[in-house]
Amino acid sequence: MSRPGLNSTWASVIAGLGCCVALMPGVCNWAGRTAHAAATPMSGAVLNYASPVEVLFSKDATRLFVLCQQANEVRVLSAADYSVIKSIPVGRVPRGFSLSANGDRIFVANSWDDTLSVIDTGSLEVVATWPVAAEPSNVVEDREGAYLFVANRISNDVAVLDARTGVEEKRLAAGRGASYITPSPDGSRLYVTHVYPNPTPQRTIPESEITVIDTVRAVVADRIPLQGIAHGFHVAFSADGRLGVAAGLYPKNLVPLAHLDHAGAFADTLILFGPDVGKPVEVPLDELERYAVRPFAVAITPDKSRIFVTCEGSEIVTVIDARRLLQWVHAHPGPHVQDLSASANYVVARIGVGHDPRGVALSRDGLRLLVANRLEDTISVIDTRTDRLASTITLAGPRQLTVLRKGERAFYTARYSFQGQIGCANCHIDSTFDGLTWDLEPDGFGRDIVDNRPIEDLKETEPYKWNGGNPNLPTECGPRTEKYFWRAENYDDLTLTDLVTYVRSLPPRPNRWRLPHGELTPAQERGRALFVRSVDKFGKAIPEANRCVYCHSGPKGTSQKSFDVGTKKATDNSGLLDTPQLTNIAITAPYLHDGSAATLEQIWTIFNPEDKHGRTNDLTKDELNDLIEYLRTR
Amino acid sequence: MNNLYTISLLAALAPVALGAPPSSAKSGPAAVTPHTASAMTKVPAMPRFRFENFTTDNGLPDNHVFSVLVDGDRIWAGTENGLGLYENHAWKTYTTKDGLAHRAVLSLALDKRTGDVWAGTMGGLSRISGGRIDTFTQLNSGLSNDVVYGVSVEGENVWVATAAGGCKLDLHTGEWSLYNERNTPMIEIWVYGVSATPTKVYYAIWGSGVLEYDQKKKTWDKYEDPDGETEMVLFKDQGLIHEITTSLSYVDNILWVATYFGDSRYDGRYWHNFLTKDSGLPSNFTNVVKGVDANRAWFGTDKGLAYYDGVNWAVYRPSLTTGKPEMTVRDAQGNVTPVEVSTAPAHNYVLGIDFQGSDIWVATAKGLSHGIHQP
Repeated sequence: MSRPGLNSTWASVIAGLGCCVALMPGVCNWAGRTAHAAATPMSGAVLNYASPVEVLFSKDATRLFVLCQQANEVRVLSAADYSVIKSIPVGRVPRGFSLSANGDRIFVANSWDDTLSVIDTGSLEVVATWPVAAEPSNVVEDREGAYLFVANRISNDVAVLDARTGVEEKRLAAGRGASYITPSPDGSRLYVTHVYPNPTPQRTIPESEITVIDTVRAVVADRIPLQGIAHGFHVAFSADGRLGVAAGLYPKNLVPLAHLDHAGAFADTLILFGPDVGKPVEVPLDELERYAVRPFAVAITPDKSRIFVTCEGSEIVTVIDARRLLQWVHAHPGPHVQDLSASANYVVARIGVGHDPRGVALSRDGLRLLVANRLEDTISVIDTRTDRLASTITLAGPRQLTVLRKGERAFYTARYSFQGQIGCANCHIDSTFDGLTWDLEPDGFGRDIVDNRPIEDLKETEPYKWNGGNPNLPTECGPRTEKYFWRAENYDDLTLTDLVTYVRSLPPRPNRWRLPHGELTPAQERGRALFVRSVDKFGKAIPEANRCVYCHSGPKGTSQKSFDVGTKKATDNSGLLDTPQLTNIAITAPYLHDGSAATLEQIWTIFNPEDKHGRTNDLTKDELNDLIEYLRTR
Repeated sequence: MNNLYTISLLAALAPVALGAPPSSAKSGPAAVTPHTASAMTKVPAMPRFRFENFTTDNGLPDNHVFSVLVDGDRIWAGTENGLGLYENHAWKTYTTKDGLAHRAVLSLALDKRTGDVWAGTMGGLSRISGGRIDTFTQLNSGLSNDVVYGVSVEGENVWVATAAGGCKLDLHTGEWSLYNERNTPMIEIWVYGVSATPTKVYYAIWGSGVLEYDQKKKTWDKYEDPDGETEMVLFKDQGLIHEITTSLSYVDNILWVATYFGDSRYDGRYWHNFLTKDSGLPSNFTNVVKGVDANRAWFGTDKGLAYYDGVNWAVYRPSLTTGKPEMTVRDAQGNVTPVEVSTAPAHNYVLGIDFQGSDIWVATAKGLSHGIHQP
């Protein structure tokens, strides 16, 4: 996965959206930006939203840095009056950034470029761009300024770089979807969280982890298992280092997804750890009719009195009385993550902010909390003394809302579901997948357990659902979702159009297994020959339907037809299954319709005894490895 | 036979740490107390140890210990019934319930950069990282076979010896490369050991000698016994001592090879072989070899633990006849001198060796031994 090979660009995606953008009334053309932007409805020109995802103060607290994901920029604002000082272009889809130990540099993780941008905080120029591993999502320098630690979401590791040269020294095995890094207050440890669950046996409780790194030795010192937590986000520490707080998402995927009206889909949680609590404990943020959907970022006031949590789907900041929280935890031994009466004991306020609130920054005196509202291009400023919204900073950019922008908002918000409990992004983390299997209602409870398929590059892969039951996205996203998932009001026609347009627009992320110019390695080439072969190793013709390339045909690897590949389980209604596309299949485990194959290998080593899922039983182990190497390039 | 000498005082032998130059390079003679008419012969100074032995009574998971690995102050023991970790004077056991691939842990390797430990088992390959165990099998990964006799970490690559060939896992790409009779000069595919360095990778193949991979040239070479598969040694130093190789260790550009019929040292041009009849090796049946440097190596045989300092030999074991602790020293002239000792490794059947500074850890068929160097 260290191979460069970024063949896909947002620009190419946007070029393919002609049919989508025509749906939107005219909007202005905000000039001056070119990359990673949303198409305007009429002209085909682009609108370049800022999409702030993280904020941080400079070392001297005079400046505010805003990481703008869609604009591919770091914007520098005055911390006094929020006036713009400069916009600094960085790489594609930056996801995380941080200050160096002495504050002289900013490191930016460009997730789709697989690079770090190094910004000099004096000149406000990018002074270096360093290659890193697959989908870097956050970066932190150690307290001595010796190492950079980079969380790589796809390679599931933390790269250790020389902080001065950017040369990678090693990679530490992290959990799946390593994404966020937080140093302990004394800097001796780093705490890494992960957006995808670690592999576990099929239909068992999901589990993620907080990977704890010793910054002096640059090794993994410990792992804090997060039982039931499939998706972890930011961590914050109290100033005394005695309390760590991580934002986490607890899916209830082992019960039928039919109980939204009984609060049955997710628990939005915080994970508390450190000496203040002893053994790590998960506490809920939700309350009946008042949910804190997808907690993302956390801040703790310097006096440890308040904990602030951004909640993406609910579009709020949840405010917690830390003292009451700790009292409650000590008085009520867990587990209580699903207790909807718990949070009333410690949640003291819910502050409405903008669409899709993400990263936060607390001023040094703890009086101001800044919140990046990704889908609103604003920064909310919260007065922590009153727990009220003090002001809103509007970032430069288009004010018009394109179809895509509105669709993205519909995708991320929880407002359409019953009591605002979940949104599309609950299962499609950052518009991808969740690594889980679910028991959905439309097929009958306990029937048709399904793996959650990724949604990137969906265009021209219909029908949808594993049984191919939904002919198009409006059906998939509309009546099916409204009736079985949301259990609430229907989308209006325009909103559904926005949503479908957005989903159809999602591009494939860069494939990390392809070589830069699309050529194949020898193993990949051998695997490709197996993929397209028509004769087995004994010289016998392989029936057409038993050739890989027959079902997985076309540029996306799907014939868009259903086949029985011999994987029907006792709980399945039918063995006929829609052929999934192969886009970035290397990263979307588990596999098969019910997630029963934990790895690509298991599809054929375990679940293909009769060669129904392609003729493979004549292959040697090394040939099967070659086939998989090729599939990883798709 | 050679003259025998008995050393009466424990302090009579000068200490030799594992990291020190070989005794042949020392100028000062060791003090000896002669007990025979030939007592004026000087006895080489060889390292002395006080052996502390661990068994299930001390918390070791099982007394049948296949492998041992030193990681700073932590000791890993691969046993027939789990992976043991000795830390802060206590044993912790990892089993299949913790995610270990199989209860029988045959081989261990440390990724010195990350601190991760790799365990080759009878049921797959496991990585122990920060307390988490990830397991790779022939069903869930590209691993060539679940019986993993050997593992060695070099850079971002994990090299594996299995019952169905060798393989390599690239930790950055996740790609598995398999090495077998179809793409290497390997005749047999029963691979017992592997030693990987940035320049060369060596596989010990049971019945097929030694396979060498040049990392720079990306080419394979093969070393076989010029006498074929016979147990006769017609051309002793003209090649590998025997086809049935069990272990190897590549250090300081020197390859040390263990076989069931003697051992070999190869410097890239010349072979030098060791047999019981003309060396201090206690048995030709050798399970494991571990080189200290270009001149020195330790050998684990079915009849005790042996050390070769480039000239002289020392053997550490319970006596084959009485079971009492025994140490003997053999000098360059073939003189064998018993040395009075009060401790010995737990058993003569030695399966694994690792170093901890000047101490040594020894995996045996009946316990794990810590040889504490005696100054």
